[in-house]
Amino acid sequence: MIDKKFIGHTMPSFSATVEPGRLRFFAKATGQTDPVYSDVAVAQAQGHPHLPVPPTFLFCLEMEAPDPAAIRNLLGMDYRTLLHGEQGFTYFGMAYAGDTLTFTQRIADIYDKRDGALEFVERKTLVTNQRNERIAELRCVTVIRNSKGA
Amino acid sequence: MAVALTFDSVQIGDALPPFQTPPISRLNLALYCGASGDHNPIHVDTDFAHAAGMPDVIAHGMLSMAWLAHVLTQWVPQTALRQYSVRFAAMTKVGERITCSGEVVEKLHIDGQPCARVTLSTVNQDGQVKLTGEAVVALS
Repeated sequence: MIDKKFIGHTMPSFSATVEPGRLRFFAKATGQTDPVYSDVAVAQAQGHPHLPVPPTFLFCLEMEAPDPAAIRNLLGMDYRTLLHGEQGFTYFGMAYAGDTLTFTQRIADIYDKRDGALEFVERKTLVTNQRNERIAELRCVTVIRNSKGA
Repeated sequence: MAVALTFDSVQIGDALPPFQTPPISRLNLALYCGASGDHNPIHVDTDFAHAAGMPDVIAHGMLSMAWLAHVLTQWVPQTALRQYSVRFAAMTKVGERITCSGEVVEKLHIDGQPCARVTLSTVNQDGQVKLTGEAVVALS
């Protein structure tokens, strides 16, 4: 069982820069045909300073952590037993190509169900930009499937 | 281009514009692997999937969440989006055709801001639900 003493633990912050080419690639990979997400001129004509970061791309940038396995290792989670159970975003402002975003991850909760057969780790990640404006909070619930008797 | 919606123009029961994928190909998953930075081999490497006891690779859950977000941004500008969350209910597989849809279920005010709450889902060609979710968007 994961030690619940880690509830409230905050990881060291890290930053990632939003690259326009990466946003165009993401638009292509997700079947996004709205040019506001790939053509800077269209984005600017709609009042944006640059290409907008689409709603779920913040999750991708969160994976740019220097050690993406840091939380797994801290909690002793075996990646072979993990499932992505839930994902949520609360938006406070827009992010754009060229922004440098800072991610601060916190272990918000650890709980279990079915006598420990399923364990849940809830991570909340605050995203701020280079002006220290809040952009979003991400909520990720990871499910650990423990084998019987574990 | 989606335009801002007014509180009075939105009704409970309104359907959001749906988004439909073609049958999911391995190329789709390879492109998303590169673009997203999620290089977990279970999504792209059939040999790895077999060794892990799976019949085939499985699509990234976050690819489905990105498709489902198109339903929102085809309906309102992204600047109106306040909350968006999903639960991953079932695995999405190569060859499936996924329909993403949404429906207005509530009109409300949050801190004085007129908003709509919508429920969302992705289903395959047989009607099997893969993702369920909800979102809150700001109205004018």
